[in-house]
Amino acid sequence: MLAVSMKKDAARPTAQPPKIHVPLIEVRGVTKTYPGRDGPTESLRPIDLSINEGEFVSVVGPSGCGKSTLLKLVAGLAPASGGEIRIGGRRIVGPQTNVGIVFQNAVLMAWRNVSNNILLQAEMRGMDMAAARKRAQQLIEMAGLKGFEKKYPWQLSGGMQQRASICRALLHDPAVMLMDEPFGALDAMTREKMNIELQRIWLESRKTVLLITHSIPEAVFLSDRVIVMSERPGSIAATYDIDLPRSRSLNVMATPEFASYTRMIRAHFYAQGSLDDH
Amino acid sequence: MRNAFNSAWLRPILLVAIVIVVWDISVRLLNVPAYLVPPPWQVLEQLVLEGPMLLAEAVPTLVATLGGFALSVLIGVPLAMLIAYSRTVESYLYPLLVFSQSVPKVAIAPLFVVWFGFGILPKIIVAFLLGFFPVVVSTVMGFKSLEADMVDLVRSMGGSRWKMFYKVSLPNAMPAIFSSMKVSVTLAVVGAVVGEFVGSNAGIGYVLQRANGNFDLPLMFAALIVLSLMGVILFMTIDALEKYLLPWHVSNRLDSTQVH
Repeated sequence: MLAVSMKKDAARPTAQPPKIHVPLIEVRGVTKTYPGRDGPTESLRPIDLSINEGEFVSVVGPSGCGKSTLLKLVAGLAPASGGEIRIGGRRIVGPQTNVGIVFQNAVLMAWRNVSNNILLQAEMRGMDMAAARKRAQQLIEMAGLKGFEKKYPWQLSGGMQQRASICRALLHDPAVMLMDEPFGALDAMTREKMNIELQRIWLESRKTVLLITHSIPEAVFLSDRVIVMSERPGSIAATYDIDLPRSRSLNVMATPEFASYTRMIRAHFYAQGSLDDH
Repeated sequence: MRNAFNSAWLRPILLVAIVIVVWDISVRLLNVPAYLVPPPWQVLEQLVLEGPMLLAEAVPTLVATLGGFALSVLIGVPLAMLIAYSRTVESYLYPLLVFSQSVPKVAIAPLFVVWFGFGILPKIIVAFLLGFFPVVVSTVMGFKSLEADMVDLVRSMGGSRWKMFYKVSLPNAMPAIFSSMKVSVTLAVVGAVVGEFVGSNAGIGYVLQRANGNFDLPLMFAALIVLSLMGVILFMTIDALEKYLLPWHVSNRLDSTQVH
């Protein structure tokens, strides 16, 4: 009854070269239960998901559906209760280091300026500092933070702080970007601007991105694929391939195709409960 | 003119001047005898007359204060780290620390005189006992207040625990450590004087006791002023050090304008 993923045979728009579909992230039957005082709480029901290399995948779902938990599990920051997650074919145990993480809050260190906040990544990893500095400068320019290198986080607006945090997540050139509602704390205008910037950064770097969001337009605008999660305990309710040509401008939001995607996805949130065909 | 009156430096001085005037007027109007409350000019007179003696006696008190304060920080901060990082250490130590704080220091101070004599050591110990608890409590809080997201982020960077400690946890705890040091140093002054009360022949505490015995209230007030000034100067020194070392912290931001 609902339009469900047909990603295997979905034709790619001609605007971009066809990508080789290599699953980089594989989530197989992953569950998560938290122990609690009144017995264990089920946060995630078995989740199966695979993300191809260079793919931009968003997860949308109601609050508390476990979408952030899913991201934590993929990052290896929390152990899964069941199932397994593989990145690049290797089963993950413990925190993943070949990822760049962006949280809802920029999580910048108040005692470091923009430049040094980005370079923390290099210091912690013991990277070559001269090369890291050069790359940080490139990222700062790409993110439009030029001239703010010596500013401290509290001297920046929320949007600029988040850009710095994205630069930090990109510094070590990770294979995977994990973003947990990165623009949730920003106002609507800044958020749209950041969406365009993120798309630009993604088109340039072609990272594999897993984006957690509660904004349906944001998910549709940015993603190759949108995964809809059901209410807690979370499970995948539906998957949509977004076949909109890249690069997308904000005008794409006014197109009937865009509207039909958002309408279909939104329908899930109003039809929750009757959605057990998946 | 208005600006001169409103400068941050002048305000406390202005208030002190008002207090002195009110003090002087009330002593005169209410006919308070000098052996109960001496008039301000008598105190000032003693302060000038006994100034060299008071300054000389302030030295041992200062040494005891600084010694106790240094011990508070050197023992308190590492202890707080252990408590913050180990549940086991916390469960063993924390209740005992709280218990140790409920023992009145004035009551056990004579014990230190019995054990360590009339020298500087018992004063340092009392100053330490008063000063170190706020350091421990506040530093533990500082180390524990690291955001969960920040911990996750740093874990994903794959650095060693030691790197995480000195690049993230320690700087994050610095504001808490500094604010505890400000409380600690003023308490250390109190501790040093209490130590001098119970057994000594030098220090501001000794001067206070002697003046009290002689009903020399102007000298007592003068000694109190010297003691308070010492506490204020120590506090301000740490405050200045904090502003210099942690210019990024909320309380020290001179320019709070944001750019967009």
